[in-house]
Order: sequence, then structure tokens, then C-alpha cells
Amino acid sequence: MNLFEILGPVMVGPSSSHTAGAVKIGLVARKLLADLPVKAQINLHGSFAATGVGHGTDRALVAGLLGLQPDDEEIPNSFELAKEQHLDFTIGTVQLRDAHPNSVWIQVEGKHGKKLELIASSLGGGRICVDEVDGISTKFTVDYPTLIIRNRDTAGIIARVTMLLSMEQVNIASMQVCREKRGGDAVMVLQIDSTIYPRTMETLENMTDIRKVIYLNLNE
Amino acid sequence: MAIHSIAELVSAAQMTGKPLWQIIRDDDLLEGKYDAKESTAQMRHLWKTMCSASDHYNPTLVSKSGLSGKDGAKMQRAVEAGATIVGNFLGQVMTEALKMGENNACMRRIVAAPTAGSCGVLPAVLIPYFRCYHPTEEQIVEALYVAAGFGEVLALRASISGAEGGCQAEIGSASAMAAAALTALRGGTPEMMATACALALKSVLGLVCDPVAGLVEVPCVKRNVMGAVNAITASEMAMAGIESKIPVDEVIDTMGAVGRQLPACLRETGEGGLAASPTGRAQAKAFFEQESKANGHTIEQG
Repeated sequence: MNLFEILGPVMVGPSSSHTAGAVKIGLVARKLLADLPVKAQINLHGSFAATGVGHGTDRALVAGLLGLQPDDEEIPNSFELAKEQHLDFTIGTVQLRDAHPNSVWIQVEGKHGKKLELIASSLGGGRICVDEVDGISTKFTVDYPTLIIRNRDTAGIIARVTMLLSMEQVNIASMQVCREKRGGDAVMVLQIDSTIYPRTMETLENMTDIRKVIYLNLNE
Repeated sequence: MAIHSIAELVSAAQMTGKPLWQIIRDDDLLEGKYDAKESTAQMRHLWKTMCSASDHYNPTLVSKSGLSGKDGAKMQRAVEAGATIVGNFLGQVMTEALKMGENNACMRRIVAAPTAGSCGVLPAVLIPYFRCYHPTEEQIVEALYVAAGFGEVLALRASISGAEGGCQAEIGSASAMAAAALTALRGGTPEMMATACALALKSVLGLVCDPVAGLVEVPCVKRNVMGAVNAITASEMAMAGIESKIPVDEVIDTMGAVGRQLPACLRETGEGGLAASPTGRAQAKAFFEQESKANGHTIEQG
């Protein structure tokens, strides 16, 4: 732990896991959608469902979807802000299988028709884990810039992606690879040490057998 | 992280002749996330945020559950009316601790130190000291480094999470960090800082985490007052030359061991301690009824 994990974060209370972490999850959903959210279904699981209102988890998640940061004092007013900004949302509860106690399942739609489904959990101290994106198990924290690449399962695709990153001097901190079935849909999740240039994104998106590239950097 | 014990910190200060806060900061810089200037600026930002949270306390605000609010204002009135017997400084300390705890419960901006639930302890000690004894802002920043450095050791050797180690790990750690920081501010030696940390922590060993309805409100807000006052008395003893018969690192290890021995019902589950008292249960029931009204339908997945 570094010093500013002991002192800090600066956040709106009352709970780093149930409030600050929840704002971050909302923010991640907004960034992953890469569109202006206009419709959201938020389903709370476990401890999020049990004490969510008292901890402001519901308002925190909506605040994140609206792009507010965890230290924004407008978080308690997020429901009203959502109305002003035409974000139509519903909040319910859900029982997810094998999920962390502080989990949420979000389905969100953007102004330009983009859709995203996300399951994420709040680990404590404001740290979060993205457990599922669009039904695919991912399990990554957002401490680093992250690339999520959906591709066809085919020989050499991992080498082509990592070769490109190596040419761009991008160091990979961690990498997960999985697929649905041989030759089917596959996904790579790469946590990296530096930011990605738009031209690198473009090259990735245009590679044969790559279907979708999502780039997530909470610090941008 | 390279700091594994308080003893290591103290002996590094003795060997290099550098102030303790600087050893803590320089060690953190080795991680390479930021340079000295950025680190100091961030620490100053935390201090400013604490001050601004105190300045913007709203005396009429009540938390969503209705369990917290307005007590900081009550305490302030009593102190300003001269109706307390603890004196002005300690009166201010109690007021600040309540205000910050209530700010947190009422969804205002705070600095987790080390956690949101214990966010009142450190500012409750530092803000009145700053007002009454006029240290420079640089000295406050240095004291914050001391608090954070001691916190790192507490997190590494024991815990700073109520769910893991009970309240002793949250309010207890905050109190031990504040005791060391205050001793640094008052010109105490590194040994005295270590002693203050040990004395503060020894007095809260075994303190359970038993929040009513699982909310960071009852008894958390008022335990911030105890943590702050306990930090001051520990610092006073250390500055008077009193020593801890048990070395600080052993006290920290003990806190970790006691935390592991605590049953789950006394570690932030809202099932034991005050949460299980008749009134605690009644408050939880009322709150959950209010909650289920606010919540929509339940979905069973797959």
C-alpha cells in the first residue's frame, strides 16, 4: 500500500466500498459504453442490496453513470441530476451466482443505441473489480489502463496484438485470455502501464479477426 | 513497500539523522508513482480537504437513516458556552470529531484516514492544534506523513479494516496514527512517536465493529471522539517521558491477532455487539422497512 491508500481517497461518505466504489463502478459503465447513457437498469446484489440505500449506493451508481467523480458533493442529488440529464433509470435487486457480496449488475443504453451489460464488485477502500462485460467473465481491477479485445479464436492473434503493443512501447502488466469454444468468440483483457494512442486503437480495431476493442482509463 | 516495522522507521531516523516524516515520504517515492513535489502537493490537498470539510459542516443535516446529524453543532454550542469541563482545546477536538463523522454519514466530502468510518480522528486532532498552537502548514503536512507511515505499518502487520479486525483496526488505527502525528507536531522524538502509537493502540485493543443496521453511523460517529481524545492522552504520556512496556510493533501484532480471534458477528456484519441490542435491532428493522419501500422489485438471475 502506498501512503495515499492509507490517507485518502478524498470521497463522499459514508463508505469507501458502498459509496466511493459504487461511483467508480458507475463511471466504468459509462466509459465502457462509450456513449451518453440514456437508460439504465441497476440491480444490486448481496450487501449492496441489503444496505445500499443507507450507504447511498444507489445514488452513487447513478452519479457514476452521469460521469461524477467519487468526491463530488452532488452525488446525493444524482437522482435529480439524472432527470435533468434525461437518464432514465430503475433500481432493483438481484441474486447473482458466486458473486462478491458488494456486487451490481448494470444494463445500460446510450443515446446512439450502444448497449452494455456489466457485473462489477466493490472490494473495499474504493477499489473495484469488473467481473463481467457483456456476459464474458473479465475479472480486472481498474488501477491500470485496460484494453478489452473481443476477437475470433484463431492462431497468432495474441502475438499480433502483443507485437503491436511492443512496437508502441506499451508494457503489459497483466493479461487474461479466454474463449467460448475453439474457433469461436474469445476475449483478451490486458492491463497496461501507459496510455494508448488513438492510432494504436485504430490499428487494433482494423486487425483481421478482431471484433471489438474497448479501452478503459479512469484517469483520462 | 519497504517499511515493515515502526522499529525500522525509528532506527532509520536515528542512523540517517533525517526526520521521520522524510524517511516515510522518501520510501514512498521509491514506488515511482510521483515525485517529491507531487507527493507533498497531494498531502497538502488532503489537509485542505479536511479543513474545508470542517468549515462546510452543515448543522442541520441528518443522514438518510435519521441516525446521525446535528451532534457536532450541539457539542460546539456547549464548548462555546463554556459549559464543558475538558477545556477549550479538548472541546474543539470532540466537536471536530463529531462534525467529520457526521459529514461522512450525511454523504459530504471527507478524507478516508485510514477509512471513511474513522475519518474524524485525525482532523479532530490536527485542526484544533493548528488553530490553537499555530504550527505552519508544512509542519501539518509532515505530521500527515508520519500518520500515513504509521498507518502503512498498521495495515501491513495488522489491519485497517473493520470487517477484518474490528473497530480496533479502524478507530484504533486512526487513533494510533493521530497519536504519532501529534507527537511529531509537538517536536517529540521518533521514539516518542512510536510510544504514543503504542499507548493509543493498547487502550482500544479488542474494540469490536458492531454498526447498527450495518451503517457507518451508530456507534461509529461517536467513536471518532474517543479515538481523537485517546490519541491526545497517548501523546501527552509519551511527551512526558512515559514509555510503553510492550514495544509498539508487538502491540500492532497483538491488534492483528486479536482481530483474527474476533468472531465474525463482531466484524462489521451488523449482527453482534450494539447492532444486536434490542434498540439496535429495532432501529435496523425500521431502517430495512424504509429501505425495501425505496427499493424496486427483486430479480432472480438464471
